[in-house]
Amino acid sequence: MSDLFILMLNCVLVENFIFHKFLGCCPFMGVSNKPDNAIGMGLAVTFVMTLSSAVTYVVYHYILVRFNLEYLQTIAFILVIAALVQFIEMFLRKFVPALYNALGIFLPLITTNCAVLGSALLEVEKGYNFIYSVVFGLSAALGFTLAIVIFAGVRQRLELADCPKAFKGMPIALVTAGLIAMAFSGFTGMSLS
Amino acid sequence: MRVKVKELFSQLKSGLLDQNPTFVQLLGLCPTLATTTSVPNAIGMGLAATFVLTCSNGLISLLRKFIPKEVRIAGYIVIISGFVSMVQMIIKAYFPELDKSLGVFIPLIVVNCIILARAEAYASKNPVLPSLIDGVGMGLGFTVALVIIASVREVLGAGTFGGIKITPAGYEPIQMLIMPYGAFITLGFLIAAVNFIRKNSENIKKSKADSEKEASNENSVLKQESEEMEINDTDSSGIVIVNPNKDSNASDSEESVSDKKDADKSETVSEIKDDGDDKEGETDV
Repeated sequence: MSDLFILMLNCVLVENFIFHKFLGCCPFMGVSNKPDNAIGMGLAVTFVMTLSSAVTYVVYHYILVRFNLEYLQTIAFILVIAALVQFIEMFLRKFVPALYNALGIFLPLITTNCAVLGSALLEVEKGYNFIYSVVFGLSAALGFTLAIVIFAGVRQRLELADCPKAFKGMPIALVTAGLIAMAFSGFTGMSLS
Repeated sequence: MRVKVKELFSQLKSGLLDQNPTFVQLLGLCPTLATTTSVPNAIGMGLAATFVLTCSNGLISLLRKFIPKEVRIAGYIVIISGFVSMVQMIIKAYFPELDKSLGVFIPLIVVNCIILARAEAYASKNPVLPSLIDGVGMGLGFTVALVIIASVREVLGAGTFGGIKITPAGYEPIQMLIMPYGAFITLGFLIAAVNFIRKNSENIKKSKADSEKEASNENSVLKQESEEMEINDTDSSGIVIVNPNKDSNASDSEESVSDKKDADKSETVSEIKDDGDDKEGETDV
């Protein structure tokens, strides 16, 4: 149990997907204009990533390994994730319309979010078992949510800031992200694992 | 035929410069940030992505009339991931070190936004040859951008270029730049430099057009003179230096901006100037 907790803390703070591993930077930059959007995106990613961790584990260990098809993992994973996202979208629209209204527009974007595929690949690479895989996916997604929400908050203030013309927009946002990443790198000092 | 070749060439150029996927379109940020810790990594990543981009563009353009519209994205992803798996195996077999240092980012070429964006925006609407050229141009633009970022980070951050030490013995490397957060900051500054250069060159073009208009109204002697001056202008634009005269020429409409602010601007500009110069030199090559 404490192992799982350490894994979780490690994923959320120390090896944050965005600031340490650079996975999921496109939505991080693209959808962080407003805190509301950021929260929506974060929740959608959390939802999909936890489920996809479970599904890709099953697909990898019970289909690909059994038939010696490990070399197909990239294709298999991306297809599974795309199908899963589509399925979640349909399921939510039919049964949980409130949640669909909140997350709906973010779901199609998630297929091409490298954090989702990246976490699936990393779980295989690290040889996690089922529970560890799911916790890894969940906590990586929580780390992503934390990062994008913090960043959206900072970015909202940034819009009113007076910065050099060439830096307006993306460049200053990147520099800001760098500074937040620097703050996060302070967690590296905690030796957890 | 000749016109066509010219068109293709301009397309190649647009991928490399005007529509550069990294600096202008800001696509594919993850590999850009993650694999630019050293120049060989950047080259490997860039070429792998170029290969995938070219092949997938070609194949998607070949199949563009057969893929039903409703499932096109899924179809593109399957095609792209097929090529990515090929690249992954080739790199694993022949460049095991590169495989180790790029790690999970090779399979992640599948979800690189540049490739999907080009498939959707270009290859699905155009014939095969232009799509292939588009893939090469965009891929090389991506590679060049990665190499520029990596060389800034590696030279300043580790004092080496491609693993060979090039800085003098007294140089203390700025280790921050090769840390993960250095990637964000370097990219931010480089994009700002590119913005600055682009804006400047636009202003120069504008002022050039204006001065040409004026010159055409006056007599030929004066015209020659002004032409000479123009040449001087373009010379100075090659090396991006903040020229107070030029600035005041170009930004007539922006005179309301206070002097103090301008001074601030030029200060920060001189900070990024080094990076900008680096960049210009390499794109020329």
